[in-house]
Amino acid sequence: MNWLRRSSNEPLWREEFSVRTADERYVTRRQLTKFLVLTSFGMFVGNLWILFRSLFYKPPTYPKQTVATFGEIAVGGVKLFTYPTKDDHCILIRTAENEHVSYSQKCTHLSCAVYYSQQSNRLECPCHKGYFSVTDGSVLQGPPSRPLPRIVLEKRDGELVAVDVRVS
Amino acid sequence: MHGNPELPPKTRGLTAIGGAMSLIAVLLIVQIWLLSAALESFLAGKRGSALPAAIFSGLMFLICFGLYLFVDRVDSDVRNSSSKR
Repeated sequence: MNWLRRSSNEPLWREEFSVRTADERYVTRRQLTKFLVLTSFGMFVGNLWILFRSLFYKPPTYPKQTVATFGEIAVGGVKLFTYPTKDDHCILIRTAENEHVSYSQKCTHLSCAVYYSQQSNRLECPCHKGYFSVTDGSVLQGPPSRPLPRIVLEKRDGELVAVDVRVS
Repeated sequence: MHGNPELPPKTRGLTAIGGAMSLIAVLLIVQIWLLSAALESFLAGKRGSALPAAIFSGLMFLICFGLYLFVDRVDSDVRNSSSKR
């Protein structure tokens, strides 16, 4: 660990608070280099954290929850609900007579609430004009880079039941 | 320190440190991009890119650290040479 020791024999205070202008410039550059390398270490730690989360990822289990009765909303209509927790807002859209789709209402860009535009048949984020496909939640336009998480629905005894959340 | 012997050691030292700092800054920008790309792909449910991203980020950090040691050495060389005079 010899390379971690200070190479100069001068006291630290004399190095860091030099009275000579030329030396002062050195101190500023050295400190900036130190700061940049520390930031680089922070980036590396961030990547390690993502790796750790990826390696020890456990797919979450989602509860079954009735979100609407079949025929409760008209074709082209929407219903808002929360799933799987009270803080996760979702949107249910009846796209055809026998077809319902549901997505998380949180835009994947900056988490603004998306709404369904019946006129253009797409999900729109009003904040930065991010548009998502109603068919699969994929990004049609705008700054979001990830599709909307899809809520998997099942028809059970005339009810629409949310059973899972699929990311991507 | 090697280089143009006509230049005073302080100027040569500052040039070397400036070069090393620019290289560190470029590597840091690549690391920031790598972190944001890895996070984006992790949030999209694609977990395969986390390992190569971590390896490359680690390599870049090691290069940055090596450059820091170089800066430190250049700095101490210049200090010692100026204190001897």
